Amino acid sequence: MTERKTKLTIRGLTKRYGAATALDHVDLDLTDGEFLTMLGPSGSGKTTLLWSVAGLNHPDGGKIWIDGRDATSVPASGRDIGMVFQNYALFPHLSVSENISFPLEMRKVSPRDRSLAITRALEMVKLEHVGDRFCDQLSGGQQQRIALARAFVANPSIILMDEPLGALDKKLRDHLQLEIKRLHERLGMTVLYVTHDQEEAMVMSDRICLMNQGRIEQIGTPDELYFQPKSLFAADFLGEANLIPSRITGEEAGCLIVELLGMGTVRTRSTPPRPNGPNVVHFTRPESIAIQADAENKANRLYGHVSEVVVSGAITKLFVHVGDALMKISLLTSVSQRVREGERITIGWDDDVGRVLSRSQKEAA
Amino acid sequence: MARVDFFPNATARRRFWPKWSRLYWQTVPVTLLLVAFFVVPVVMLLGISFLDGRGLPSIEHYRRLVEVPLYGKVLLTTLNVAFWTTLLSVVGAYPVAYLLAISRGSTRNWLIILVLLPFWTSFLVRTFAWIVLLGRKGAVNQMLMAIGITDAPLQMIYNFTGVMIGMTHALMPLATLTLLAVMEGIDPNLTKAASTMGAKGGTRFWRIYFPLTMPGVASAALLVFITSLGFFITPALLGGPQDTMIVQLIIFQIREVLNWQFAGAIGVLLVITFMVIFFFYDRVFGLSVMGGGARAPKPAPRSSIRRCCAHVGKTITRALAYVTDALIGICSTPRMTRKSGAAGSRAGLYLVCTLILGFLALPTLFVLPVSFTSEAFLTWPPTLFSLQWYRLVFDSPVWLHAAARSFAVALVTATVAMLIALPCTFALSRNNFAGKSALFGLVVAPMIVPNIFIAVGLFFLFSRLGIAGTTFGVILGHTVIVIPYVIVTVLAILKGYDRNLDHAAATMGASGVETFRRVTFPLIRSGVTASFMFAFIISFDELTIALFVTGGRITTLPKLMYEDALLSVSPRLAAVASLLLVLMSILILISELTRRKGGTRLGK
Repeated sequence: MTERKTKLTIRGLTKRYGAATALDHVDLDLTDGEFLTMLGPSGSGKTTLLWSVAGLNHPDGGKIWIDGRDATSVPASGRDIGMVFQNYALFPHLSVSENISFPLEMRKVSPRDRSLAITRALEMVKLEHVGDRFCDQLSGGQQQRIALARAFVANPSIILMDEPLGALDKKLRDHLQLEIKRLHERLGMTVLYVTHDQEEAMVMSDRICLMNQGRIEQIGTPDELYFQPKSLFAADFLGEANLIPSRITGEEAGCLIVELLGMGTVRTRSTPPRPNGPNVVHFTRPESIAIQADAENKANRLYGHVSEVVVSGAITKLFVHVGDALMKISLLTSVSQRVREGERITIGWDDDVGRVLSRSQKEAA
Repeated sequence: MARVDFFPNATARRRFWPKWSRLYWQTVPVTLLLVAFFVVPVVMLLGISFLDGRGLPSIEHYRRLVEVPLYGKVLLTTLNVAFWTTLLSVVGAYPVAYLLAISRGSTRNWLIILVLLPFWTSFLVRTFAWIVLLGRKGAVNQMLMAIGITDAPLQMIYNFTGVMIGMTHALMPLATLTLLAVMEGIDPNLTKAASTMGAKGGTRFWRIYFPLTMPGVASAALLVFITSLGFFITPALLGGPQDTMIVQLIIFQIREVLNWQFAGAIGVLLVITFMVIFFFYDRVFGLSVMGGGARAPKPAPRSSIRRCCAHVGKTITRALAYVTDALIGICSTPRMTRKSGAAGSRAGLYLVCTLILGFLALPTLFVLPVSFTSEAFLTWPPTLFSLQWYRLVFDSPVWLHAAARSFAVALVTATVAMLIALPCTFALSRNNFAGKSALFGLVVAPMIVPNIFIAVGLFFLFSRLGIAGTTFGVILGHTVIVIPYVIVTVLAILKGYDRNLDHAAATMGASGVETFRRVTFPLIRSGVTASFMFAFIISFDELTIALFVTGGRITTLPKLMYEDALLSVSPRLAAVASLLLVLMSILILISELTRRKGGTRLGK
């Protein structure tokens, strides 16, 4: 991959609402053509960050550069951005074409180029035939696509999306996720996307920026975030996890010897950041754990008995009592390898799938 | 119920009939009352205009209307006054409504009260306050002369200026509340979205926000315009002879000349004026925007007028956007930060709104000091301090009787209106039945038809029935005009009521009556109370119906005040006005606060 130039740089961005701190000295870089998703629970500051980039709120501290230009005090109208709002914010008094035309008019595009651009944008979102209609005559999914077309039609520097699929039903959401991803690839645009839906973030993003309480918890590719969480919060927020209170008892050939309290001892590769005390939480994903014959050749093996089996279609979930603790295991449902409740079972995993995390935020800092 | 289960057919029938019979008793009383005392008198009045002095069909009154130039001139004056009142009211109301729409929390609550107080304060008291302020020896003239701006007092009332000031003051709160309803429905993200697309302040306002408020501007303008057409208190008290409006002609014909037929003919002229206005309004904006809400009028292909207007409007707003952006660009220096620019425009808005709200709220207060004067005439500044005028009022049996009658009439009117309108409101809000929209049209019609029509029609009808000049007649008349207000306010409350609460109560075994008593009514009680108080205030303050239906035999407080003000403006009147002002303000504050309390309970 060639070196791409930086599109957006944020340093020390701080925003307070009264006594509450919505953003606490946030640093972030976005490269040209990247799709970065801000993910986090509600109130984590992700939307505040997006609105600061858009110029729709006044940060209390820090700076924002767009295309290398200091944009901190530039009003929204001067930032050359495109934005998709959660409720679309389509102008109800203008037709679809007039809506899409608006950002072009603001950039003083000639009428001829304007109509060409509008036609092309409508083609891109597969709604060529609705140009003369008013927005309230369209379905939710269609309105969403018009909002999308309006955001990218003027070829802005960055496209900002604020939970754009939040109001749609699941099926339409899945469909539009792929459509936005496709548009992103085709147009090569830089996207800063906000969502609280982790699946959406995993599907669409080049990188995910996980936010918590106004700070960036972890930033990385979806794969990194999922399999190599750096904090308890990151491990817990994305997907399901087995988080077992543990103690580090020793170290040997690049592996930590970890005692899962009440369960037994396992070996786990030592990866940064290193916990700063012996009392930790041991993390594994339910799908990283193998059972029975598959578990035999794994580095770590434990024995327990099955307390519950839940078949949810393609995935079968097992709840296994190991010592005093309960482990969740996800397997592909198979016909041959059936497990019954109460059965004794061997479970195992390699030393590179588990991770050792600090018990609380404070210890990690 | 269990016993009925043995007869499945009977069950079906029983379910069908109770529902219909309930609908009947909910809607029939209101319908009967309005048909008898609203539709019949208005139609009768219009009908007799086609009769001559001997009761034979004739168009002589219409010939007179056309042939005597005076009537055409008065119609023109009326339209002229209505036009300027509309323009000033809407332009003044716009920034205030905008400020209200963007304010939150307690600021907003206090601002709303500032608008509501003049809205509900008696027209008479407000008009009277302007006489105190603007008269030859009034506060404004005294101040101007003291500063030395003028040597002689300016003539500010008993002319067009006086009528304009009084009517704008009277109708601006109505325009504000109408605009506010539309502005609150506008998504604040829309202007933000425009700014992310590169639109500057002027463009955001003129091309996005302003067009979205157009339905509000249009309905506020229509409401103010048709209300102005039916006005007579302000022009009669603040205008000169050349400012006579059409309703004053009707009053003159009936009270002085006793020419009913000709009064009816003038009424028809007013109705035709109304219809012409409605026609053009519908062509340009579409009557559907009357319903409020931020739905924009769409250029329908069938109406070329509307399309043309839309086109002209677009060109104008574009030009305005360009000019405003250019002006902002000139005024703001490059060193000005984004924050200080926003603060600057906010400060400008506050300044304008303070001036307008001051214009709305302050003048009325001037009646208070004047009422404590120790002199025999209205002077400014008043020589304080004496309670002689209050003593005079409380010693006068005429005033006390009038006050007692007004109070009794208002109390009975509000009670009767509640009792018959409340069930009808439930029917309108919770059922779908044939003729629902017709019924709704009937119940709100008395709010739209000028009161003068209802008043004259009722006087005519009551004379035939022999109940003219009785308290009972006044109560009937007031009930007719109060019903729409009760229904509209209670409908708004029921709209916000979650019916699943009733369903939940039913699943817990509550009967219909129990559900109403223990769930529904406690939740809507404060709204209903506020509605009752508004009904009381409207009736207590009402002049037009009282002026006619009392027929000179009995009097109510507003009627006595009006007639007293026509004769002379004395400090005694100031004392009465002050008492009314204080009493009404307390009532309004109480009802506004109870309504608000109920609002929070319904989770709004």
